[in-house]
Amino acid sequence: MAAVNALATATPLAVLLELVAAWLLVGVLGLARPHRIAWVARLLFPLGALVALAVAGMGALALSADFAMQSAVLPLGLPDLPFHVRLDALSGFFLLLLGSVGAGISIFAAGYFRQGEGTAPGLLCLQYHVFLASMAMVILADDAYLFMVAWETMALSSYFLVTTQHRLPEIRRAGFLYLLMAHVGALALLLCFGVLHGGSWLMTFDSMRAATLSPAWAAAAFLLALFGFGAKAGLVPLHVWLPEAHPAAPSPVSAMMSGLMLKVAVYGMLRISFDLLHAGPWWWGMLTLAVGLVTALFGAVFAAVQTDMKRLLAYSSIENIGLIFAALGLALLCYAFNMRPLAALALTAALLHALNHALFKSLLFLATGSVLHATNERSLGKLGGLIRRMPWVATLALVGTLSLAGLPPLNGFVSEWLLLQAFLSTPSIPHAFINMIVPLGAAVVALTAALAGYVMVKFYGVIFLGQPREPSLMQAHDAGWLERVGLAWLALGCILIGVFPQAALDAIAGVTQTLLGTVIQRGPAPWWIAPVAQAQASYSGLWLLLGMAGVIAVMFVLVRRMYHGRVRRVSPWNCGYPELTPRMQDTAEGFGQPIRHMFGPFFRIEREVPSPDDQLPRYRIQIDDRFWHGLYLPLARIVGWLADALSVLQRGRLAIYLLYSFLTLIVLLVFVL
Amino acid sequence: MNALALVSQLGGVVLAVALAPLLAGWVAQCRAWLQNRSAPPLLLPYRTLRKLFRKDAALATQASPLFRTAPYAVFGAMVTAAAIIPSVTTDLPLARVADAIALVGLFATARVFIALAAMDIGTVFGSMGARREMMIGFLAEPALLMVLFNAFLMFGSTALPTIVKGTLDADGLTLHPSLAFAGVAFVMVLLAENARIPIDNPGTHLEVTMIHESMVLEYSARHLALIEWASWLKLFNYACIGFTLFVPWGIAPHTAGPLGLLLAIVWLLAKLAVAGAVLAVIETVSAKLRIFRAPEFLSMAFLLAVLGLLVHLLLQS
Amino acid sequence: MMPPLNLATQLLHVLAAGLLMISFAMLAQRRTRRLIVLLAWQGVVLTASTLLVAVTAHLQHLYYSAALTLIEKVWLMPWILLRLMRRLGIEGDSDPLVNIPTLMLVGLGLVIFAFGLAQPISSLATTVTRQTLGIAMAVILLAFLMMIARHKAVTQVIGFLAMENGLFFAATSTTYGMPMVIELGIALDLLVGVFIFGIFFFQIREQFDSLDLHQLEALKED
Repeated sequence: MAAVNALATATPLAVLLELVAAWLLVGVLGLARPHRIAWVARLLFPLGALVALAVAGMGALALSADFAMQSAVLPLGLPDLPFHVRLDALSGFFLLLLGSVGAGISIFAAGYFRQGEGTAPGLLCLQYHVFLASMAMVILADDAYLFMVAWETMALSSYFLVTTQHRLPEIRRAGFLYLLMAHVGALALLLCFGVLHGGSWLMTFDSMRAATLSPAWAAAAFLLALFGFGAKAGLVPLHVWLPEAHPAAPSPVSAMMSGLMLKVAVYGMLRISFDLLHAGPWWWGMLTLAVGLVTALFGAVFAAVQTDMKRLLAYSSIENIGLIFAALGLALLCYAFNMRPLAALALTAALLHALNHALFKSLLFLATGSVLHATNERSLGKLGGLIRRMPWVATLALVGTLSLAGLPPLNGFVSEWLLLQAFLSTPSIPHAFINMIVPLGAAVVALTAALAGYVMVKFYGVIFLGQPREPSLMQAHDAGWLERVGLAWLALGCILIGVFPQAALDAIAGVTQTLLGTVIQRGPAPWWIAPVAQAQASYSGLWLLLGMAGVIAVMFVLVRRMYHGRVRRVSPWNCGYPELTPRMQDTAEGFGQPIRHMFGPFFRIEREVPSPDDQLPRYRIQIDDRFWHGLYLPLARIVGWLADALSVLQRGRLAIYLLYSFLTLIVLLVFVL
Repeated sequence: MNALALVSQLGGVVLAVALAPLLAGWVAQCRAWLQNRSAPPLLLPYRTLRKLFRKDAALATQASPLFRTAPYAVFGAMVTAAAIIPSVTTDLPLARVADAIALVGLFATARVFIALAAMDIGTVFGSMGARREMMIGFLAEPALLMVLFNAFLMFGSTALPTIVKGTLDADGLTLHPSLAFAGVAFVMVLLAENARIPIDNPGTHLEVTMIHESMVLEYSARHLALIEWASWLKLFNYACIGFTLFVPWGIAPHTAGPLGLLLAIVWLLAKLAVAGAVLAVIETVSAKLRIFRAPEFLSMAFLLAVLGLLVHLLLQS
Repeated sequence: MMPPLNLATQLLHVLAAGLLMISFAMLAQRRTRRLIVLLAWQGVVLTASTLLVAVTAHLQHLYYSAALTLIEKVWLMPWILLRLMRRLGIEGDSDPLVNIPTLMLVGLGLVIFAFGLAQPISSLATTVTRQTLGIAMAVILLAFLMMIARHKAVTQVIGFLAMENGLFFAATSTTYGMPMVIELGIALDLLVGVFIFGIFFFQIREQFDSLDLHQLEALKED
């Protein structure tokens, strides 16, 4: 009873800190019996899910209109450098995202992890919950010190999670690349905070907010932040780690990285650009917008030609992050021209898309996990027809697929709709050149959204539809009930936001109020949005769903009543060709062929085509990222060359090393004198 | 929302569903005349529907529930789309539910479902058709969106009735050069999206060249009927979008009484007759493109629509 | 919403848009014969726009220049070019070097560039038709792009003529045309230019057995 009272009187921030501690505790408990799968999976992961739900609840509390910002100083950290934490609407929104999506992933993970896959389950449980807790701490941090500590913890814990199956060399390689990129990004962030304090040397965000920076320093801070968070989020050209690390990780971890960690980077970008730097000149927005659009198109095009289902989803994550950053850039741009309502609209689109992407991408990554467990196959070329063996996973994945394709009445459509509305309103920007370029942005967004549809048809069609491409697929089994619950939770989120979009927008209104001091117009009902003006545009997911469902129901009844519902099962017609083998279906390569053909210059293609008189015809195609060969490998060569050049210093004799120290000392002394 | 609005909303939907096969029949007839063939009867599509509904559905053994649901979903999406296009009157309560962007979304929904269903059986032609349909779709969809954005820039609304009202209420004739670009782009999208000749041939039965037909090869009886009906409805919808954007005259305004609505229906029939004839002419004078040229054709439509946006921004600033 | 413009200005805008659209059509057109037809259409639009400006601004000399345009650009030049092609026996393809969507995309970029470039200039202009300057510049740049992307000699001439069309349009729509003497001079120059090109075509073909400009690369010293 006392505990309940204490909880009732405790502030949301205090409860949140306790919840984070609870996550850490759950993680540590995993070490108690690291190899007992029942202990770890059946008890600890569901507990973690409960904590996640509570985090989401606290985040939602922070979004209510009468919530006042809370902050606290923790008795942790270095003697003169305590940790500061703060809960405001922005962190509240991202905690809501983290908690609600994290709960689904944790429940799924409870059914997913099993013995004998690399790292022991107990250790995995620790890494997993430390990852969750560090993400929460990044969001709660109110000084650069805690932010960086949590940020690095997040990078490290996720690195260990990525390399769960560390016995495979390609997974170690992917993990190394990830760690490298994470640290290059973190370095940029460190420098960014170094600029942000503005000479006061105080590391709290409050002093950074108050600091006045000269335009050049502010720009430097912004660019460093864009680089640092861009490296984490996967903006082109810093995206290379993403398609390597996501597939390497176990599926729940891929879901967390793609659904949650990328959003934490979005959070950081918002925190620094809007909150700490108070936005800036218009070119900040233009740059972010351009980078976002390029990333979006790049991700979509590459996703269309992938043949590994998790790589496909990873590229699709790049695409969606691009859209989010494009919306963010648009918000910055409008803010620079002091067009607050429009900036609020763009920011709302960015935040909603972040939430939506967290929901449907996690859902799809988890679904690939179920497929992987059922079939041991990740390559699209060896899957197919699973809708008949795994109806649960297939149905729930269909929801995610349609959401990601941006189809009404699901949630992906709502955020794309908002984004397009925001783009459409930009011709009122009082700058002749910009208002001409921005509609092109709308064109790119539209093209990307349509490409996402293509990608998703490929993804779903090749995995779940058609005939099984391997005989072993006939033994595939559906997911267990815990996995189903996890998937269903996320699918429900997709549907609910799609059908009641205004409810989600209400939650976001608190954020735009905090960051921009304005909110978008409220729709007339929870299921009805009209963000600008009713006359300009309105959309209601619920009515659209009812309309479609009504037509379908009426049609179904009419057909049955007036005619009949008789069905004869026959073998497929196939234009009368008698032979029909699974090999005749479109492969993943085949389905991506039109995109490969059209966007040829995007790719670095190596193709091996058999000649007509080959005895054993072999067709092989490899599609690579031009950035990898054009940017990263040369960079790596330069680094290697520099290291070689420096290795002349390495002599192996102690006396020479002492001489180096001695000379350094002399030089320093000369400077001092 | 009054009773008349509800009636006209419902009536509009029923009218669209009922008239769509007629439009398809009319286009087929015009085509036959232009090509010196003896024309099929005007009402043939209705007879086809009745015939198909009566038959027993032959379903492939491996067909999943998705395959059986898809025709209904496609039909539902198309009918909902018809409900938000002001073909007869601008007084559409449902138009506030979904605007032009949602309209494109509905078309996309229909396309995704039909492509997924085509991949379901796992036949050669099904998956090939799905791939080609998605290839056309991913370019046609943004092109249509850009065409609609042209209208948005003019009237400041993505709600189709408001766009119609904007044109009808304008005092004096206003020429919009950007609409010329949008118009050309729209016709190109219409041809591609409705499986018309430069891209696809609705009359063909040569497996390798067809797109729409190869997707629905495995369908029979009532499922096929629904799919065919939906595709006719799609043509009807596209025609009505065209009227909305480019020739809205004749659409009854909010204030129109029952008589005004009747007049609007007559107008609609007249416009459909002309549009169908024009479509037949275009199909007759043009040759089918190689499938590799289709992306070129559509990216041209897309870029033209974008160009329309630019021209509008330049000339109206 | 913008204040309504008067009918003449609107018509001129439509014509300008038409000119731009024809330019894009030329960029995407593969067949040389159709290119020439499009060029003639561009002449028609130019004639109409010149007439329009003449009527609205009551300028006598623009009537003459419209007539000149009609004769030279709609009838004479296309006729000469078509005749040339028949004589040379080339009525086939003129494949662009890059694929068409990319070319169109570059064209779109050029249009934005031209519009942006024209914005400050046209805000200084006083005539009612100042917005058309951006379109005129876009037409010039697009014609240039077409010349770069093609490798048949005849297409180069067509591009050259299209470029001049853009210049002419810029002149009439923004500054009510050039003095008559200059216009006549340009008209004659063009005519002579086309004749000289025609002679060159025969020479090139005699030398290389083809009108493909790739052949000229053989002239480079290694």
